[in-house]
Amino acid sequence: MSAPTVAVWKFASCDGCQLTIIDCEDELLAIAAALDLRLFLEAGPSELLDHYDISLVEGSITTAHDAERIRDVRERSGLLVTIGACATAGGVQALRNSADVAGYTAAVYARPDWIETLATSTPIADHVQVDLELRGCPISKEVLLSTITALVAGRRPAPTGHSVCVECKAAGNTCVLVAHGTACLGPVTHAGCAALCPSFQRGCFGCFGPSESADVDALHTAWRAAGIADADLLRALRTFNVAAPEFAGGAQRVQLRAKEHA
Amino acid sequence: MTHEHRARRFEVDALARVEGEGGLIVEIHEGALTDVRLRIFEPPRFFEGFLRGRKYTEPADITARICGICPVAYQMSACQAIEAACGVEVDPDIRTLRHLLYCGEWIESHALHIHLLHAPDFLGYHSGIAMAADHRAEVERGLRLKKIGNRIVEVVGGRAVHPINVKVGGFYSAPSLATMRDLAEELRWALQASIDVARWVATFPMPLHELPHDIALVALRHPTEYPMLGERLVSDGGLNIEAHEWRDHFAEEHVQHSTALHGRMLAGGDYMVGPLARFALNADHLAPQAAALAAELGLTPAERNPFRSILVRAIETVHACEVALVIADGYVLPARSFVPVEPRAAVGCGWSEAPRGLLWHRYELDADGLVVTAQIVPPTSQNQPSIEHDLMHLVEHSLHLDDAALEHLCEQAVRNYDPCISCATHFLDMRVIRT
Repeated sequence: MSAPTVAVWKFASCDGCQLTIIDCEDELLAIAAALDLRLFLEAGPSELLDHYDISLVEGSITTAHDAERIRDVRERSGLLVTIGACATAGGVQALRNSADVAGYTAAVYARPDWIETLATSTPIADHVQVDLELRGCPISKEVLLSTITALVAGRRPAPTGHSVCVECKAAGNTCVLVAHGTACLGPVTHAGCAALCPSFQRGCFGCFGPSESADVDALHTAWRAAGIADADLLRALRTFNVAAPEFAGGAQRVQLRAKEHA
Repeated sequence: MTHEHRARRFEVDALARVEGEGGLIVEIHEGALTDVRLRIFEPPRFFEGFLRGRKYTEPADITARICGICPVAYQMSACQAIEAACGVEVDPDIRTLRHLLYCGEWIESHALHIHLLHAPDFLGYHSGIAMAADHRAEVERGLRLKKIGNRIVEVVGGRAVHPINVKVGGFYSAPSLATMRDLAEELRWALQASIDVARWVATFPMPLHELPHDIALVALRHPTEYPMLGERLVSDGGLNIEAHEWRDHFAEEHVQHSTALHGRMLAGGDYMVGPLARFALNADHLAPQAAALAAELGLTPAERNPFRSILVRAIETVHACEVALVIADGYVLPARSFVPVEPRAAVGCGWSEAPRGLLWHRYELDADGLVVTAQIVPPTSQNQPSIEHDLMHLVEHSLHLDDAALEHLCEQAVRNYDPCISCATHFLDMRVIRT
């Protein structure tokens, strides 16, 4: 079997997820042997082909040009895999979606008329069919490697949907929310980081986006019981995965309950 | 064959081996160079816009997302700016841990740039992976060095990309003694490897070129350290200021061909930040083995050939390994991992030396600790005018080359700056136009 042809595409992002590929230092040369990397600008390869077996897509859609470009990428791709919170949920730049973008542009640029941008930052799946999504801000090296291994072997990667809490239990951590009243999004956040923040005595801040059946309302009750302000939960939900539906909807309900409370 | 009388315009649509998206346009009219423009079309992400209304504890995590390659620089500049606003100074042992964390980022970023992004230009390959076919041992050594840089960031920061353990006032938790002992062992290998890398880089064929003399060199300065966490900003023209004075001497300008703002000195003229400037202004503060090696390899503070910046990065990597090893060997658990920071209505500025150069942050906070305004000035946006200026000078002296050779030389010259477009837009595709 010949190595699948692979392209790495970038939209609005920080480059951190594609850097995670290069950060597989021990495996990089093996990856380069197992995959036929044809387009990966940051690493060098720049061949524009009509078809790639696998496209890894980083970043969100924030310009009309990029909305066109992602359709072109879809047409050139066998399997399209989004990598990271920007591609999967719109990223931290989706904070603009509920804001006045003209105001943002004017705040940052002297000549807003030179800046072409959409009012929203949207995930890839809002524009084209996505075959597989890797979560995280950034993605996890281990999840990336197991996904690449599965794809090269021609099998579907094992699905996960559980929360950071499960990883915390597996790591043997004491619950930072229950024991210390630390603001932690772990109960509603998708696994993938091996419960990194609680292992450093910090509450989870939601890098991997919502877990399956994330219960933001129950989390709200738990945060209130720990004496944490509603405004802090709102900001926590509205950060790196602000446009993920479960976080966005949950934040709206928190806001409503906060008004009732007041 | 001469190209003097042919219309020439070349354009690199998407520059490879740089971080982010951009391009280069070179226009030559009747044999004379008329324009060089570094196009930055990476879509803007408006960080300064959506930082407004966020809590003073958040910019360290949020601004890290400006750049996946140098998140530590963003976290350090943000924390120092907010601590300045809140009137807090961290404990010396917390500052030492920050210094170690920063060494990790320099090692990781410099090793990446040297081996995968820039060395292929000097040795005639289109990528580091292609170069590995003939130089496997060197690439593997470079990757292992890069990995140890990332390992430092993981030990101190929790994660290589977007560290999670950094907070205003210090760290959520301090690394254990055992982890630090293991790290020190890896650093002993890294220090020798980094010395071997510098000797290898010194053998690369170097294009002859000199940075135009009207480009000022600007870098941080510290009383005793080679600056990562510097105190004052100095230039070869006699500038010497504190962080809160940046706006009195510099400004950002919006130009049509770039979504990244251009940095300007108010006194006039372009300026350059990054390894060459840092070395020129701070060579006296290099760690002993790095200083001795620089002397052995013929690198002096008078160096103005931007192509030799790859060698400066290699020397800085040796320095970072030396400093990191001293810190790891001398590590004792700090009395506390952070100092409490209470917000107040104030303005604070902070800066540090990202691998690519000066990164300045300014935050205005209200009494509740919410961000009123934020300003972030990354190295690549400051370097854009001087990159264009430097390339004008280079192309003017290289018009005898054919388009392919000229294009290659220009791309290599752009990579001298290790531009990070993801940072700058808060780059590269190239065109030569000959008419």
